[in-house]
Amino acid sequence: MLHDAVAANIRRSWLMLFLFAVLVGLVAWAFTYLLEMGTPGVVLAVAVALTAAWGSYFYSDRLVLAMTGARPARKDEFPYLVNITEALAIGAGIPQPRLYVVEDDCPNAFATGRDPRHGVVAVTTGLLGKLNRAELEGVVAHEIAHISNRDMLVATLAVTMVGIVALLGDWGTRSMLYGRRGRRSGRGQGGILVLLALLLAVVAPLAAQLLRFAVSRQREYLADASAALLTRYPRGLADALRKIAADPRPLRGAGPATAHLYIHNPLANRRGQSDLFSTHPPVEERIRRLESMG
Amino acid sequence: MELWLLLGLLGLLGLLLVGSYNRLITLKHRVDNAWAQIDVQLKRRADLVPNLVETVKGYMRHERETLEAVTEARARLARGGSVGDQAQANSMLSEALRTVFAVAENYPQLKADRNFLMLQEELAGIENKIAYARQYYNDSVLGLNTATERFPTNLVAALFRIGRREYFETRGADRDPVRVQF
Repeated sequence: MLHDAVAANIRRSWLMLFLFAVLVGLVAWAFTYLLEMGTPGVVLAVAVALTAAWGSYFYSDRLVLAMTGARPARKDEFPYLVNITEALAIGAGIPQPRLYVVEDDCPNAFATGRDPRHGVVAVTTGLLGKLNRAELEGVVAHEIAHISNRDMLVATLAVTMVGIVALLGDWGTRSMLYGRRGRRSGRGQGGILVLLALLLAVVAPLAAQLLRFAVSRQREYLADASAALLTRYPRGLADALRKIAADPRPLRGAGPATAHLYIHNPLANRRGQSDLFSTHPPVEERIRRLESMG
Repeated sequence: MELWLLLGLLGLLGLLLVGSYNRLITLKHRVDNAWAQIDVQLKRRADLVPNLVETVKGYMRHERETLEAVTEARARLARGGSVGDQAQANSMLSEALRTVFAVAENYPQLKADRNFLMLQEELAGIENKIAYARQYYNDSVLGLNTATERFPTNLVAALFRIGRREYFETRGADRDPVRVQF
């Protein structure tokens, strides 16, 4: 049952990444065809998006740790946390991640690192104070799952594709508004095609953003399911999520750029955020799914 | 035409063989690595046990049997043997240690001893790591054993003598609540 939950989540996120690639391909084809942007434009967009996203992919661990002010968790100071993390890493069959603590009363945790060899897990001091052993194990297992599922790679892929679509859309509208008209507009149906392209240029980046958030939410469900499989105790994580969500304190040092890394969306308490544009699924639904696992 | 068909079939067969073989080797190494993880933790625990016995001896004057059970289980574990033997010795040691910590509740001075508290957290941590290492090991063994039975990897496994492995099974004692004798 737990294995099935994990397998279903993996299938769904691959399907989403596939849809994403289809969207990118569609936009690229439409713009080269309709606007005579030519292949160089598409190649350039891919190159720019790749460079931007993969730069952050390689330096993400150092960047995020510096942004949040995390410090290494020493064993003599946090024997409990260190022992739990070491045990879970053994259970997941990944190398020991580097463990950090963030001085903050808000209970939260995040994972980063480009691959399991560079894995990083960080928890806030507020989390350590609030949770019991089983709950802390659930949270750390969720973070370990992000590392072993290579969610940083998945997130980077998604961001890259958003970047490609955004750049193409931007260049597409510019060339339509300011540039010379494509040769095809000389023909009869040109007007409609240009209108279509314009529509695509506006809608596609939005669709790409929505897909990116959908992928992020899917990966959260997957990490929850993997954590349940690892600890064989879904209740621990469910109880922890309930406690974390009930805490009204905001987390310092968290912004939209790093929100997807945390176990619980640090921006969740801000008003005016729609579920569609959220990196995390609603916490009630996560708890419901965890509890239905048994 | 028929020659090409034959060559194509042979090529396909070769690919299948190579794929199956590589998969089996990956699974075999995963099991070996998982066993090494268990082994490391078992050794670390065995190293801490004499420390614990030394610390506890001064306080627990009337618990000779309890401590002897620990020392005996440790000695049995140190002898090694098959996966099953070690799993059994490990269960014995876990149970003996749990009895020590349960009995320790009756000795307030011991419970205030910093060295004892440190050993208690460390041994509890190792116990937890052994549990996770065992879970990962058993999952890995399941993967290998399944592959050695499934077609067509079973043929390749038989050809290269890659055999099934033994699960690291806990005995009932490991799951039972602690018995405390007064």
